[in-house]
Amino acid sequence: MNPENYLYLATILFVIGAVGVLVRRNAIVVFMCIELMLNASNLAFVSFARLNGNIDGQVVAFFVMVVAAAEVVIGLAIIVTIFRTRRSASVDDPNLLKL
Amino acid sequence: MSLLVEQFDTPSIEYQLLAPLLIVFGGAIVGVLVEAFFPRRARRDIQLTLSLLTLIAAFVALIVWSRPDLGQTAASGNVVIDGPAVFFQGTILILSLLAFLLFSERGVDSAGDAFASSAATIPGSSSERELVAARVLQTEVWPLALFSVGGMMMFVAANDLLTFFVALEVMSLPLYLLVGMARRRRLLSQEAALKYFLLGSFSSAFLLFGSALLFGYSGSISFGGIHDSLSTGVGLDPLLLIGTGFVAIGLFFKVGAVPFHSWIPDVYQGAPTPVTAFMASATKVAAFGAMLRLFYVALGDYDWNWRPMFWVVTIATIVVGSVLAITQTDIKRMLAYSSVAQAGFILTGVTAASGSGLSSSMFYLASYGFATIGAFALVSLVRDGTSEATHLSRWAGLGRRAPVLAGTLSIFLLSFAGIPLTSGFIGKFLVFEAAIDGGATPLVIVGAVFSAVAAFFYVRVMVLMYFSDPPADAPPIAVPSALPALAIAVCAAATIALGVFPGPVIDLAQEAAAFVR
Repeated sequence: MNPENYLYLATILFVIGAVGVLVRRNAIVVFMCIELMLNASNLAFVSFARLNGNIDGQVVAFFVMVVAAAEVVIGLAIIVTIFRTRRSASVDDPNLLKL
Repeated sequence: MSLLVEQFDTPSIEYQLLAPLLIVFGGAIVGVLVEAFFPRRARRDIQLTLSLLTLIAAFVALIVWSRPDLGQTAASGNVVIDGPAVFFQGTILILSLLAFLLFSERGVDSAGDAFASSAATIPGSSSERELVAARVLQTEVWPLALFSVGGMMMFVAANDLLTFFVALEVMSLPLYLLVGMARRRRLLSQEAALKYFLLGSFSSAFLLFGSALLFGYSGSISFGGIHDSLSTGVGLDPLLLIGTGFVAIGLFFKVGAVPFHSWIPDVYQGAPTPVTAFMASATKVAAFGAMLRLFYVALGDYDWNWRPMFWVVTIATIVVGSVLAITQTDIKRMLAYSSVAQAGFILTGVTAASGSGLSSSMFYLASYGFATIGAFALVSLVRDGTSEATHLSRWAGLGRRAPVLAGTLSIFLLSFAGIPLTSGFIGKFLVFEAAIDGGATPLVIVGAVFSAVAAFFYVRVMVLMYFSDPPADAPPIAVPSALPALAIAVCAAATIALGVFPGPVIDLAQEAAAFVR
């Protein structure tokens, strides 16, 4: 199969993630969309590694997985703290910070 | 299709060159162990001593070992320790040291320091009240901040896209947590942490996808490799163009440039004030340092394509930052919008795309960092009951009630406004000069006009402090403890010294202003 198709898939996944961040209201779902964007980038890195015959892209993918895991730890900690205070994980509810 | 048969080389680690980084990360790990093995009462003093010693040791190591080796790559070329890297790392270490001194403040708030006793407790709950009554202090902030400092130092020295991304995250992740840890107005602080986290990771995802496209274009993740691929011209220009744009989005977000600035006022207002000082100064230095390296080294020969984008963003940043700052009634938000405008002035230097653009940005960042830490440190001293009195009307007549505080704040505000004999004037002069030499005269005209607009709201605060009567229920002024007072004094002295005798630091910046590929 042509490796370029994986690039199209990566782009589609990235766009789905980006649109999801912009339109969804639940902080957990927004966060999942961000993870989808990171994984789309991983797919792009691995496909380019195959296309270019260069192993660096695959190494990057491993590091990104580790970083994404660390990000999950921090993100869920923040979201859970907010949820326990407000009983809601909607990104529209917190509105104290305004002009 | 052939399988990939590439050998991994054993990486060579130049321990001397990497010593400052390793010391900071080592200190942070020891800090985590202190949390696990020492009784709660003793931890705060141990963490404070450990953190300050770590930063000082790293600075000494930087001066002793990095000077003769300027322009060397370390760790198989993943990290490069050249002039700008050493200058930025030194700046970050000094600014972090000052911010850490602010972290140590325990006398201003009757309940303890600026951080929640335990960020995990629900605000207003009985468990929170118990911890406050027991005067428990949260000491995890010290190792978290040290990890962030390590990430910043790595960010400015990163020489490939992988190190670049990992350093960005090591820098940002602890900051997301620190923002949510304020002792007072905890809902506001948690909300700021959520906004910063979601928007920050959103922008990192763009940066990562942009990196993937740059890798796809050049077939190399090292900045040198990307630079070489530009001259050979592999084709596939859309990859390069979109990749450059996406990476720029991630960096513009970190420096707070318009249109990616919307998080800045919210996060600066909600975060504990010492953390705001830390973020506004050291993080900005790190983000600009990394931006300069990526765009000058990897994409240096591609500047006819990225400079127009920088022109638009620079003008928008200066205009929007200055105009919105005028409408603010909260001093922390005003300083936040002012930091957006200042980012625009620094971008003017970056857009010059020349050696003088680099050295002027370096000087501007150093001078801006000192003034910012000092200004935010003073904000935390005017207090209404338990929390800070940040509404501007509460600052009326402060010049009569607290002449030293008002006078010191005036120094920082005059520096932000770019009045002669302060560091801000020299910084603005240098970036404008570099931009004119680099053929960006229209940018300088916009910058100069909006410097005048910006001066208006800085001077307005001073007028409020000196020429209006204090309110009937004027907020009490707290007296800082010895260490934070020292930090404020150093910031004020540096702001004036860099304005009156800028020569040595300008020479240092110009001497150091040469990237190594």
